[in-house]
Amino acid sequence: MGKASFVVRRTLQLVVTLWAVGTVLFGLFRLMPGDPTSYVVSSQMTQEARQQLIESYGLNDALHVQYIRFLENLVVLNFGQSFHSNQPVTDIIATYMPNTLVLMLTAFIVAYALGITLGVLSGWYRGSRFERSTVITALTARSVPTFYVGLIVLWIFGAELGVIPMSGMTSLGTGGQNTGFLDMVFTLDFLRHLIAPAAVLGFYYMGYPLLIMRTSMLEVLSEDFIDVCRAKGLKERTIMFKHAARNALLPIITAAAIALGYAVGGSVLIETVFAWPGIGREMVRAVLRRDFPVAQGTFIVLASTIIFLNFVADLAYGYLDPRVTYD
Amino acid sequence: MAQEEQSTRSIYTDLDDASTDEEINKWERTFRLWRETLKEHWGMLTDELSVKLSMLTVAGFMIIAIFAPFIATHQPLQRQFQGDAGIIQDKWAEPSLLGGDTEYLLGTTAEGFDIFSQLVYGTRAALLVGLIAAFFTAGIGTLVGLVAGYYGGKVDDALMRIVDFLYGMPLLPTVIVLVAVLGPDLWNIILALIILQWRSTARVIRSQSLSLRERPFVKAAEVAGAGDWHIISRHLAPNVLPMTFLYGSFGIAWAILAEAGISFIGLGDPNTVSWGTMLQASRAYSALSFGAWWWFVPPGICIGLLVISGFLIGRGYEEITNPKIQ
Repeated sequence: MGKASFVVRRTLQLVVTLWAVGTVLFGLFRLMPGDPTSYVVSSQMTQEARQQLIESYGLNDALHVQYIRFLENLVVLNFGQSFHSNQPVTDIIATYMPNTLVLMLTAFIVAYALGITLGVLSGWYRGSRFERSTVITALTARSVPTFYVGLIVLWIFGAELGVIPMSGMTSLGTGGQNTGFLDMVFTLDFLRHLIAPAAVLGFYYMGYPLLIMRTSMLEVLSEDFIDVCRAKGLKERTIMFKHAARNALLPIITAAAIALGYAVGGSVLIETVFAWPGIGREMVRAVLRRDFPVAQGTFIVLASTIIFLNFVADLAYGYLDPRVTYD
Repeated sequence: MAQEEQSTRSIYTDLDDASTDEEINKWERTFRLWRETLKEHWGMLTDELSVKLSMLTVAGFMIIAIFAPFIATHQPLQRQFQGDAGIIQDKWAEPSLLGGDTEYLLGTTAEGFDIFSQLVYGTRAALLVGLIAAFFTAGIGTLVGLVAGYYGGKVDDALMRIVDFLYGMPLLPTVIVLVAVLGPDLWNIILALIILQWRSTARVIRSQSLSLRERPFVKAAEVAGAGDWHIISRHLAPNVLPMTFLYGSFGIAWAILAEAGISFIGLGDPNTVSWGTMLQASRAYSALSFGAWWWFVPPGICIGLLVISGFLIGRGYEEITNPKIQ
């Protein structure tokens, strides 16, 4: 099978997966205990308004009609309105998604810069004390729950020392809420809020690229061309970074794309701890207050981020490594 | 012992039962094959110091979980204060371990629960979730992986599309939605975790059995007339078992982390004490701002210890199965 048909097949698979996620979600929310219409119609409404809304949403229609409408709305990204604020869900997603992305991308850049460097070094100095301690650090970083590290950081630096704010993304009264998103991002106040959650996440995500890079380095270092480099009399540092590390980098790139997807999906906890107004926290709050349109919409955004980045990783792999064959 | 057996039996002994009808003997032999693999690996595994320490830690937590009622000094969900629940925050008892003037080893929560007893009982929840979820995720994943890899073709395609779909679901958000649908209960959390987590084991075991089924010994068994189930259980399974255990031990760690996270968010089982629900309660009562560190520091340390142990055991096992990464 050639590259073109692989791309076509993979694209089809992407569409099918998205459809499957949507369908499962449609079914799940209809399994919610209680009145089947309660998830689109708030219980605090008057009977009249309620009937009107049920009618306008077409909730009296047969299930398959509702399902087809659900899929149609999914395609045009219409997730309905929040019960809580009456805002369109699309607006809510547009408000919270950038916040999550800023936090995640900052953490990711820190994590991958540090993780790759430490991974190269620990692969190179195999069997040394340095290697052992970095591996243990990486394992520890991945074992302690991020939300717990977040709590401890908040307690020590926030409550006890008072050097970082206890919650949120901007301080009240700094006008952060009124200016545009980019204006807000480049303020000192925002950075003060960003640093703690980004550092905690960065520390957590660092372990993964570190371990992959180390393993990949070990494999590359056992290949013949490294011996050739040595025989040519190249400097150790040149061999390490220019020859070995570059060849070892391939698994990292695809792993990073996939990991970024899961990071956005896993933003739930860290955003809850730091009260960071991101999409994961919004999803949790929507589930807890039974605001199902919002829960559904944010969930679909999180899932499609993962699905799409997996897709990108699969395609990238073929383009980056000419040895890959499609079968 | 292998020497002795080989002199008396033909090398095809494990195929003989296709013609005999000794049912017990057949199971016995399958069991022995599995046991031999495990025994060999166990020996190599316990050579490593970090693995040994991790196993001791897990064993320690297991003992605490089993004997929880004898170790705990109070009932974990029994208020230690009488009467007025109005101003509970005044009644935080500091840990007697650090010179606090109370009978509570690690102090009490703002709700008046004894923290030490909650920790002890929390071990039960953590191990229950970890072990049961890991057992089923590794078991289902291995079975699916073996079947997909052995049969190939349409069966493989169908099973792997399910796995692909599961890989498209974000772990925590999905578990949160599932638990919201099923109700906040420890068993529902375990169920939700199992539904999602078998995906990674299935994928790895499938690729292993894909390559195993092309190997000469499997072909030989096929030619000798062995049935599908015979080949899967007797020839493929013992060879993928190391991977199953690897993913099983990682699975324990992931399940414990996930349960802690879900409970922390507020979807934990309200009738069970877990380390996650302890952290959630401490947050709800702003223990951070009040500096009541004895409430939220210990549960996290317990989670960390248990999870690190799981990862280290898995890691040690990985080094045995894949000597390249040592």
